[in-house]
Amino acid sequence: MSVETPVERDVMEYDVLIVGAGPSGLAAACKLKQIAAEKGAEISVCVVEKGSEVGAHILSGAVFEPRALNELFPNWKELGAPLNAPVVRDELHLFYSPQKSFKFLNFMIPSPMHNEGNYVISLGNLCRWLAQQAESLGVEIYPGFAAQEVLIDEQNVVRGVQIGDLGVGHDGKPKDGVYAPGMELRAKYTLFSEGCRGHLGKRLIQQYQLESKDAPQHYGIGLKELWEIDPAKHEKGLVVHGAGWPLQAFGTEATGGSFLYHLENNQVVVGLIVDLSYSNPFLSPFDEFQRFKHHPVIAKYLEGGKRLSYGARALVKGGLDALPKLVFPGGALIGDDAGMLNYSKIKGSHTAMKSGMLAAEAVAERLLAGSEGGDVLNGYPEKFKASWLYDELYRSRNFGAVLHKFGALIGGTINWIEQNIFGGKAPWHFRDLKKDHETLKPAAQSQKIVYPKPDGKLSFDKLSSVFLSSTNHEEDQPVHLRLKDPSIPIGRNLPLYDEPAQRYCPAGVYEVVTAATGDKRFQINAQNCVHCKTCDIKDPSQNITWVAPEGNGGPNYPNM
Amino acid sequence: MKALVSVKRVVDYNVRVQVKSDGSGVITEGVKHSMNPFDEIAMEEAVRLKEKGKLTEIVAITIGGAKNEETLRSALAFGADRAIHIKEEGDVQPLTAARAFAAALKKEGAQVFFAGKQAIDDDANQTGQMVAALLDIAQATFASKVELDGGKAVVTREVDAGLETLEVDLPAVITTDLRLNEPRYLKLPDIMKAKKKPIETVTFADLGVEKGAALTISKTSAPPKRSKGIMVKTVDELVSALKSKGLV
Ligand SMILES: Cc1cc2nc3c(=O)[nH]c(=O)nc-3n(C[C@H](O)[C@H](O)[C@H](O)COP(=O)(O)OP(=O)(O)OC[C@H]3O[C@@H](n4cnc5c(N)ncnc54)[C@H](O)[C@@H]3O)c2cc1C
Ligand code: SF4
Repeated sequence: MSVETPVERDVMEYDVLIVGAGPSGLAAACKLKQIAAEKGAEISVCVVEKGSEVGAHILSGAVFEPRALNELFPNWKELGAPLNAPVVRDELHLFYSPQKSFKFLNFMIPSPMHNEGNYVISLGNLCRWLAQQAESLGVEIYPGFAAQEVLIDEQNVVRGVQIGDLGVGHDGKPKDGVYAPGMELRAKYTLFSEGCRGHLGKRLIQQYQLESKDAPQHYGIGLKELWEIDPAKHEKGLVVHGAGWPLQAFGTEATGGSFLYHLENNQVVVGLIVDLSYSNPFLSPFDEFQRFKHHPVIAKYLEGGKRLSYGARALVKGGLDALPKLVFPGGALIGDDAGMLNYSKIKGSHTAMKSGMLAAEAVAERLLAGSEGGDVLNGYPEKFKASWLYDELYRSRNFGAVLHKFGALIGGTINWIEQNIFGGKAPWHFRDLKKDHETLKPAAQSQKIVYPKPDGKLSFDKLSSVFLSSTNHEEDQPVHLRLKDPSIPIGRNLPLYDEPAQRYCPAGVYEVVTAATGDKRFQINAQNCVHCKTCDIKDPSQNITWVAPEGNGGPNYPNM
Repeated sequence: MKALVSVKRVVDYNVRVQVKSDGSGVITEGVKHSMNPFDEIAMEEAVRLKEKGKLTEIVAITIGGAKNEETLRSALAFGADRAIHIKEEGDVQPLTAARAFAAALKKEGAQVFFAGKQAIDDDANQTGQMVAALLDIAQATFASKVELDGGKAVVTREVDAGLETLEVDLPAVITTDLRLNEPRYLKLPDIMKAKKKPIETVTFADLGVEKGAALTISKTSAPPKRSKGIMVKTVDELVSALKSKGLV
């Protein structure tokens, strides 16, 4: 996997290298430094982040469960952590038509969906704050630098990463005067915390055959907007969840869920999560999300408000069954790079943090025992098994599979019984063995979906939406969405599935362009990419590989 | 020869700036900030002049809160030798900034003051000129080419009619325009080294500067939305469309 080095690269060595400044990576960094300080030892920790700043690529809900944060920084209130909107009320709706819905009574809501004691937050802002804590503990954080390759030595041991080159032109050749070869960052242990479908995590899972034997991984795409609304309609700390329309309430071919959370400062976030196991290639998650906002339960808050930001990100939801092996020689997967999200709660930030902290403990133990690194961190999976995190994931192991198999209503009922009667330890076990890229039906057997035109008030078109993600990429650089076989989009995907990339990409990156001669061409507008990773997951031919573009590139999310 | 380069922390040029709903300004909380792009050009020029042996020391200077340290670290990664952080949490108007820079310039005994021609947040385009006026020294604004020789600077500037070349005596103020150079990528090793370079912290009081508000901002509003255009196929159509709108 490591490339031959045609150029001289600078090298830096650390005890621990962390790839990605999300909640998992930052929690691991803080924990390492805390243990070092406690033991009076030195542990050098470096974090690299592809976003132009910490938080720039973070997109989440988020209702945040503070359990892991309480453990990491018991005094987080004094330290000014941005948890400003305690949850005051939970609502759960079943939307069964564009106009109608059913509001569940409180006792009917499965216990993992209860949010007392939780906070409505911006995960981006929490990460910014965690980064400050990490830096004051002595962690070095470098935003704007993407880890592009894993460094693996002859003994098959991970030794660190290579940062992507800067200043390479579209043709792959160094640009005069600006080319800067990426550095090699080497470490005794490397923790991969790239989040859902990390591009290096994906390769490590293949290289070290870490994939779970029980079930394949499953994913969803989450689309989200940040709004400022009429103060009269704002209720800080209100949490509204929904199932059903615009996805299916009863069917199993397009499942998912929706959310609307009230933050502080008259801001609300609204979002739709579409399970990537959907089967109609004409389905467009973006357009489903746009029309969803017209449902009266949602529209009543947004009307008269102003949209501030837009973005999308895939999330990982296979749970415990799909969890890969966590360790390999010289490193580990943490957070959603492994798949720690608890889908029955749609919460992954506290689990991400906890997994990072557990891995950090295991790394610190080895380093304090004088290890030179490169070994398999068995302490991490052991600690994981013994932790509340494992217990939590165990209790919700059926959730995703049940929804895929039975749909929102019946699946939801089974889940209610499981969670409220059996406390998550029901005597049954469901698995969903079909991979998300295998579920599409041929276009010829599918019904076209006609989406309503956006009204420019509640719903918008794709391009004006991507504009609000403040996405930017250096234009003259190699396309970071690699096609294994360039003939597939037009040759296979178009006739079979009407090339679904045109619709599943939430940023309009993929277009099928018809020339005056009638010839069709697959166009990739890579500079629009919001790094959601959906194409890498859903392409029915598994022909698209997302790799990191030049550092700094991608969205510049505010408090998303 | 020493140069002082001012670097301002502004909302990043990629951010879609949003006006606050009460019109009291634009939203700056939670949005990405970075070094003013014209100041990057100023930094780049100073570094190139140092690489050519025309400068011996580069000092970066900023005014702002704790987060401005990031901006100074970027300047140090570009190649500044050291940095001065004028700590000030509130809003700073151009005249106050100019007074502070003038005081620092004097104190440092620098021969050149480099600044971006304007900052992309308030687009004031005043600070460099005011520094020159306060110190009664020469100024060459909107530079698209800079040469330093002995006690003089030869500066090509972009003016409406084309290019104008000035020769100014040093010390002088030079403000930089877009086409002066293309700033380099900051390399990770340089950013790492920058963490170890010294930053001196001072206050307005240390520099003997009084903070004043010469201007008040009464209202901020978003530019009016452009209405959709119409497509015309022929010149005749265009003429009749313009006529019907009473524009010709
Ligand atoms: C729409 C949506 C709603 C959600 N709602 C909630 C919720 O309400 N509550 C909750 O708890 N969780 C929620 N989640 C889940 C939660 O956001 C994730 O579980 C969590 O962010 C995972 O953290 P992480 O650290 O593993 O990865 P991430 O948060 O994804 O962070 C990964 C970081 O690594 C960086 N990175 C990736 N690759 C590289 C590379 N090669 N080099 C350098 N940097 C790299 C990325 O830019 C990013 O900053 C939601 C997720 C989505 C998408
Ligand atoms: S190109 Fe792929 S990763 Fe980028 S926004 Fe589109 S689907 Fe997401």
